[in-house]
Amino acid sequence: MVTAPIDVSHLIGTAQAAGVGALSVFLGTVRDLNDGRPVQGMDYEAYEAMAASELAAVAREVCDRTPGLRVAIEHRIGTLGIGEVSVAIVAAHAHRGPAMDGAREIIESLKQRVPIWKREHYVDGERAWVDPTRAGQVPLEVPR
Amino acid sequence: MDLGGTGFPLWRYLCFDMSVSVLLFASYADALGARQIEVPVTAPCAVADLVAALRQLPGGERLPAKPLVAVNHAFAQMATVIHPADEVALIPPVAGG
Repeated sequence: MVTAPIDVSHLIGTAQAAGVGALSVFLGTVRDLNDGRPVQGMDYEAYEAMAASELAAVAREVCDRTPGLRVAIEHRIGTLGIGEVSVAIVAAHAHRGPAMDGAREIIESLKQRVPIWKREHYVDGERAWVDPTRAGQVPLEVPR
Repeated sequence: MDLGGTGFPLWRYLCFDMSVSVLLFASYADALGARQIEVPVTAPCAVADLVAALRQLPGGERLPAKPLVAVNHAFAQMATVIHPADEVALIPPVAGG
């Protein structure tokens, strides 16, 4: 979890190793439109201690399923402008298949369970927290 | 204090007033107008009891009946018992990435 702009080159360097033949990089960026509404920026907030431990758990689980996979992940919090990188995931492996699958698995899992929230700044001045469960996505199931 | 080394601390069997400090984020912090809140409850207190107490507070009616709750950085169930020193947080629907 970082507050400064993400240095993607540096992140790639941390995942690089002699046995790596493929590096897959996923970047999440702030876009200027959501649900048809013009957006001019985004606040990212996290439960930082838990977000860091959940991100580490996500990385560990994906690496356990894919022997030889190396990953580096950074998620930015604070106020971001259009086009800025909010999350960077680097997955490195000897071969391209596991590298590309690894990056995909990590971003999907991050979106399901890592305690991070975003608030959109609309061009008309309103601000609202994004609730993915309202868009029909499956919410994280825990309460019983 | 254990009951004869059974692993069950004695205080779990006693009713007493305690205060739970709850961390709030994003839309839930907006609903209750605070990022951290002290909630008086009676022990033993499960997550469901704490949520019920929170929903009685001004703005608490905007919380769902079964929000996600984390205890000591792990997602908890409604029946999870909260200990006095636990770190408790309400987790709105996550939206990272």
